[in-house]
Amino acid sequence: MSLEKIQNISYGKNVIELKNISLSFGGVQALTDVSFEVKRGEVFAIIGPNGAGKSSMLNVINGFYKPTSGKINFAGQERSQMEPEFAAKSGIARTFQNIALFKGMSTLDNLMTGRLLKQKQNLFMQALYYGPAEKEESFHREQVEKVIDFLDLQMIRRTPVGSLPYGLQKRVELGRALAMEPEILLLDEPMAGMNVEEKQDMSRFVLTANHELKTTIVLIEHDMSVVMDISDRIVVLDYGKKIGSGKPQEIRNDKAVIDAYLGITDE
Amino acid sequence: MIYKETGQYKSTYQSDHAIFPLMQDKVAFAILMIIAFFVVPFVVDSYWEKAILVPFLIYSMAAIGLNILTGYCGQVSLGTGGFMAVGAFSTYKLMTSFPDLNIMLIVIISGFLTALVGILFGLPSLRIKGFYLAVATLASQFFLVWLFNKVPWFYNYSDTGQITVSERTMFGIPVTGAEAPSYATYLFCLTLVVVFGFAAKNMIRSKIGRSWMAIRDMDIAAEIIGVPPLKTKLSAFAISSFYIGIAGSLYFAVYLGALEVTESFDIMAISFPVLFMIIIGGLGSMLGSFLGAAFIVLLPILLKNFMVDLVGLSAVTAKHFEITIWGLLMVIFLIVEPHGLARLWSIAKEKLRRWPFPY
Repeated sequence: MSLEKIQNISYGKNVIELKNISLSFGGVQALTDVSFEVKRGEVFAIIGPNGAGKSSMLNVINGFYKPTSGKINFAGQERSQMEPEFAAKSGIARTFQNIALFKGMSTLDNLMTGRLLKQKQNLFMQALYYGPAEKEESFHREQVEKVIDFLDLQMIRRTPVGSLPYGLQKRVELGRALAMEPEILLLDEPMAGMNVEEKQDMSRFVLTANHELKTTIVLIEHDMSVVMDISDRIVVLDYGKKIGSGKPQEIRNDKAVIDAYLGITDE
Repeated sequence: MIYKETGQYKSTYQSDHAIFPLMQDKVAFAILMIIAFFVVPFVVDSYWEKAILVPFLIYSMAAIGLNILTGYCGQVSLGTGGFMAVGAFSTYKLMTSFPDLNIMLIVIISGFLTALVGILFGLPSLRIKGFYLAVATLASQFFLVWLFNKVPWFYNYSDTGQITVSERTMFGIPVTGAEAPSYATYLFCLTLVVVFGFAAKNMIRSKIGRSWMAIRDMDIAAEIIGVPPLKTKLSAFAISSFYIGIAGSLYFAVYLGALEVTESFDIMAISFPVLFMIIIGGLGSMLGSFLGAAFIVLLPILLKNFMVDLVGLSAVTAKHFEITIWGLLMVIFLIVEPHGLARLWSIAKEKLRRWPFPY
């Protein structure tokens, strides 16, 4: 699989910057003054105990939640909130904590929905089908087949995803996001509920996507061994506040992080 | 072993995307089309035309329309009768205002006018879902029928409130009015159903169809991957109404010839039967639209033949039995096979593939 458009990327440049993001639902303060930036080409992990605001953070990044205050700097624009459609168009794809696939459609069709924004034929040409629309359809099918090859989904190409086992559904969801050829891929607990073997597979897919497709990855995960192994940098949230950030080695020895995870002991 | 796909290799994505990827289906469909276009017109008589073929084709058209909206886009609608009335009255007004306009053109323009009305009544769908949307479309049903009954301009101030079709010809042969020969009305409907049936299938297997299904299955995820919910839902309403409008236009111009709106486009006369068609036939299936329409058109005839002619019940009793059996079948279908006749067909196909071996 090759992605021509980001062949010559510059590593280390900020691809998205979040400045002083706060988010509240009525009286509940989900995020308070969180700032961080994601560098191009890295695997960036957001960790924290339950209810720390990790998923809210992803929802802010792809425009599903509107932050109460703060700025998002992405694609050369500084905006106070994202729009889902703009995010999708400018290359942010995501997967969900609870699988959000189109259950009535086959694996192939699910992956093809990832190409919707890239299909340009108008309604009349689609109704006519033969000619340009068919050509376009075949072109995108070819791209989707590359994703299918990459994720080993050949056996379940025609199966409705509703009847697939959990681990495969997670993989199909990753595939749908990859079919969008995203610049940033947001993964919300991609390995939740998996056994060790499935986690290894998933980690391999995520790392390959990162290395070979040059996709920047923002990841939420609870399995610390996975996070410490695959991520380049980590930010730690607790009760909606940022309590630490840095390389895995630094986070491992950070006093505030250890306190948040293990509780503070009275000595 | 009848449905054996062994040896049928596909080397291009085009051939893999074909409507009938299997050779057997292709041949069966071709034979069906040859019979429909070149054999039936020569043997069709007035009874077959009026009682079975034309209503089947018109209901198929309406069922395809409703299936696009309800089966593929997941927006339940009870307004089919109202939208068919829009198609019928557009046809009537166009016919009386432009006497020289070709009938084919009139029917298609009626479809477009209905699409506009459909967009208007589809606007609430952004905010409301499921049962509540069904109630909103129910309101459109009653409003539209009331409108066509209340405003005399729509029926050209006639005393009875009836609208009556005048004769129109295609290639010199009348297709509307009392003088139209059976084969002409049949071929006229058949051509429209085949052309727009293919158009519908093509849309469903393209970008727009996948957008509809994405909205149906999980609208939040659809929005995240860049499917605009409002635009997609409204496009489903527009295209669905286009088909239903054409069905209404044919229902008036070709099938009935003269009608009165409260009677012909009543919710019990159109909206519910068409909804039953797509449920019995199969939600989200093109084949299902046709099977459902055939089922609903043929069942009363078969029941009547059986009960009145064979058993000797009076016509009124038979009618009562018919309604009961209908309701019973509806319940049985919903419980036993919620995916309808189309699913039964695909199960049968799977069995035929292996037959005579058990697996």
